[in-house]
Amino acid sequence: MDGLLFLIPALPFLAFVLIVLFTNQDQKVSAGLTIGATAVSWLLGWYFAFRAFFDPHGVAEEPIRLSIPWFPGGYSIFYTGFQVDVLTAVMLFMVPFLCFLIFVYSVGYMEGDPRFSRFFAYLALFATGMLGFILADNLLLAFIFWELMGVCSYLLIGFWSFRKPGETHIDHAQVKRARAASIKAFITTRVGDTIMLAGMVLLYAMTGSLRWSEILAPETLEKLADKIVSMPVFGVAPWATVLAILIFWGAIGKSAQFPLHVWLPDAMEGPTPVSALIHAATMVSAGVYLIIRTFPLFHVVAEGSNSAMWFVAFIGTFTALFAATIGIAQFDIKRVLAYSTISQLGYMFAALGIGAYIAAAFHLLMHAFFKALLFLGSGSVIHAMHHGHHVSHEHGHGHEELPIEFNPNDMRLMGGLLNKMPRTAWTFIAGGLSLSGFPLITAGFWSKDEILADAWHGGHMIVFWTLAIAAFVTAFYTGRQIFMVFFGQPRSEAAKHAHESPNSMTVPLVILAVFAIAAGWVGIPETFPGLGAVVRGWFQSLMGAQLEALHLEHETLPFNAAPLLISMTMAVGGLFVAWLIYGRKPLGYEDPLARPLGGLWQAWHNKYWVDELYQATVVAFAKWLAHFLYNFDDRWVIDPIVDGVGRYGRRFAGAVRRFIDEQIIDRIVNGTAWVSNVLGEFLRQIQTGQAQNYLLAILITVTVLIVLGIGVG
Amino acid sequence: MIPLSWFLAVSAILFVIGFFGVLSRRNAIAILMGIELMLNAVNINVLAFWRYTQPENPAGLVWAIIVITVAAAEAAVGLALFIALYRLRTTVNIDEVDLLKG
Repeated sequence: MDGLLFLIPALPFLAFVLIVLFTNQDQKVSAGLTIGATAVSWLLGWYFAFRAFFDPHGVAEEPIRLSIPWFPGGYSIFYTGFQVDVLTAVMLFMVPFLCFLIFVYSVGYMEGDPRFSRFFAYLALFATGMLGFILADNLLLAFIFWELMGVCSYLLIGFWSFRKPGETHIDHAQVKRARAASIKAFITTRVGDTIMLAGMVLLYAMTGSLRWSEILAPETLEKLADKIVSMPVFGVAPWATVLAILIFWGAIGKSAQFPLHVWLPDAMEGPTPVSALIHAATMVSAGVYLIIRTFPLFHVVAEGSNSAMWFVAFIGTFTALFAATIGIAQFDIKRVLAYSTISQLGYMFAALGIGAYIAAAFHLLMHAFFKALLFLGSGSVIHAMHHGHHVSHEHGHGHEELPIEFNPNDMRLMGGLLNKMPRTAWTFIAGGLSLSGFPLITAGFWSKDEILADAWHGGHMIVFWTLAIAAFVTAFYTGRQIFMVFFGQPRSEAAKHAHESPNSMTVPLVILAVFAIAAGWVGIPETFPGLGAVVRGWFQSLMGAQLEALHLEHETLPFNAAPLLISMTMAVGGLFVAWLIYGRKPLGYEDPLARPLGGLWQAWHNKYWVDELYQATVVAFAKWLAHFLYNFDDRWVIDPIVDGVGRYGRRFAGAVRRFIDEQIIDRIVNGTAWVSNVLGEFLRQIQTGQAQNYLLAILITVTVLIVLGIGVG
Repeated sequence: MIPLSWFLAVSAILFVIGFFGVLSRRNAIAILMGIELMLNAVNINVLAFWRYTQPENPAGLVWAIIVITVAAAEAAVGLALFIALYRLRTTVNIDEVDLLKG
C-alpha cells in the first residue's frame, strides 16, 4: 500500500496527459477525467492522512516512505521520493479534498467556455504540482513541483488572455489585463524563487543532501548554526540564518508577502475557481508549508541572535496589517479577498516568526477552508451578476445609467443579494464570519486566537498588538463586504436580476461552509474552559508529535483570558463598526469612508502606490537596462562584429574566386575535357565498322603477344 | 604410326587457310566457309591429342562431336542471317554492311 504513494500526484498528471493528447475535443470526458483522477487521489490521500492521524507518534518518528535512487551526484547517490509524516498528512487531508470540491464547482462555473477542456487539463496539472509538493521528501523535488505550480498559476491567471475577440463577454481590456497579470505573477514569484534556489544550492553545498530527514537532523542543524559566515553589507551570521532567510524569500514570493505581494491581487484576473484553489487555499499557502517544513532550520540558532526568525516575524506581521488596510478600500469583490489572503498568510508567517509552529499550521488549514469558500462564494456572486446583466439586457432594461462602468466584480453595483441567492449568501456569510474570527463557533476564531495567545504568551507584544489591530481591520472589511454584497437594496439592474447558481456550484459551497465552521473545533486548546475538556486539543497533540520527532520542545499554553478577550473584542468590534457604516443605512456608489478619511483612503485604495513605485523604479530600471544592453550588444558590439565578419568574409571569398577558382580549378576541368576531346577524335579513326579490320587487329595482337610470350618464355 | 606433329601441322595449315579466307573474302558465305575450315582444324587437333594422350577416355570423342554439332548450328544461323541481310540490303558483301560505324 505504501507503494501507491506516488499515485497521488501521478493520477492527476495522467488525467492531464490524457486530456491534452486524446479527449480535448470532448468537454464532459475531460472534466470527468480530471475530477475522477482527483477523487482517487483524494481517497488515497485520506487513507494515508488517517493512518497518520491514528498513529501520530509512529508516523512522525518513522514517516511512510517511497524512495528511489535518482542520480549519482558527486560522492553520494541522490535519492528522491515521497513521504508522509504528520505535517504532510495534515496537508493531505486538505489539499486533494479542496481540489476535488473546486473541480466540481468549476464544471458549473466554466460551462460554455470554448476552452473548457484545456482549463481542466491545467487544473489537473496544478493538482499534480501541489500534491507532489506536499509529498516530496526532499527540497529539490519539492522545488520542481513548486515551479510546476508556478507555471500552472501563470497559465491559469492568463487563461482569459487568449480568447478570440467577440467570442463571449470578455473585452479587450480584460484580455490585456489578464496577460499582464499572468506575466507579473510569474516574474514576481521568480524573484523569490531565484533567491530560494541560491539558498538550496548553498544548503546542498553545506550538507551534501536535500532530504528533509537529513537536512533537518539535529546534528546537521547544529553544524550549520555553529559555522559563521561573514558577508559584505549584512555582516556576520551563522550559516543556518543565511540559508533560512534565502529559503524564506521563496516563500515571500509564493505566498505574496511584502515586498513581493503585488502579483496576487492582479492574479484575480483568472477564473474564480483558480483564485479559490491556487491563490487562496493551496499554492500560496505552499510558502507557509515550506517554512513550517524547514522550521527547525529557522529555529536552531539561539533566540536573541536569531535574525531569521525575527525577519519572518517582521515580514509576516507587517504584511498582515499592511494588506488588511488595503482590503478596506477595494471595490472588486475578489480583490478584497486577495488582500485578505495576503494578510492572513502574513498571520501565519508572524506565527512562525514567534515560534508558534502549531498555530501556523492550524491557521493554514483553517484559512484554506474558509478562504476557498469565500472565493467560490464570490465566484457564484460574479456568475449571478453576469447572468443578471444579460437578462436585464434582454428584457429591455439595457439603457441603465450607472455612475460607474459595469463590472460584475464591483461590489458597489451589488446589494440585496441575500434574497436572490440565499445558499451562496449564507455560506459566504459563514466563511466571512470565520475569516473575521467570530468568537467560539467559527474555525477562524480558534486558529487566529491560537496565534494571538502564542504571541501574548511569548511576550511578543509588538507582534501581538499589530496582529490584534489587523484582526479588527479584517473583521471590518469582511463585514463591509458582506453588507455591500448581500444586504441593502440592489444598486444595479444586474443585481436585481441575479439568481442562484446551479447545484454543482452551491453544493461545494455548503460542504465548505460546514468545514469553515466546524473544522476549527479540532483545535480547541485543552486548557480552554468547558469546551477544551471535550476536544482535548486534538490538533495540538497531533502536531506536537511532529515537533517531538523534530526534537523541538512544545508546551501546552496555560489558559489566559486577556488575549482571548482582546481577540473577541476585535472580531465583534470590527463587524459592528462595519455594520454601523455599511449596514445601517442604504449605500450610494461612493464609499461612505472615502470622504472622511481623505488621503488615507486614497493611500489604501491605491494600495500604498507600491505598484507605481515598482513601475517607476524596478520596472523602469529593468527596461532601461534592457535598452542599454540592447544598444550595447546589438548596436555597439555584436552588430559591428557580425557585420565585420560578413564584410571580410565576402572579400576573402572574392579573392578565392579570382585566384583559385578561375585560375586553377577551372583550368583543370577545362583541360580534362580538351584532352578527352582530342583523344576521342584520334580514336574514332580506328572504328571502321568493318568486322574484318577488327579481326585483323586481333590477329596482329595475338601474334605479337605469342611472339612476346615465346620471347619471354 | 604417324607422329603427332604431322597431325598438328595439317591442322595448323587448315586453320590458317580458313583464317585467311575469313580475313580476305568479301562474300559473307565465303567467310562462313572459312570459319567452318577453322572449326574442322580445331577438331583434327582435338582428336589427335585425344588419340595420342588418353585414348581410354571417351571425352575427346564427345568433344569433337559437340564441335561438329555446334558448327552445323552456327552455319544454319549464319546462313539465315545472310538471307535476312540480303533481303534488306540486296547484298551479302560485308564491307557494305557498316551501319554501326560511328
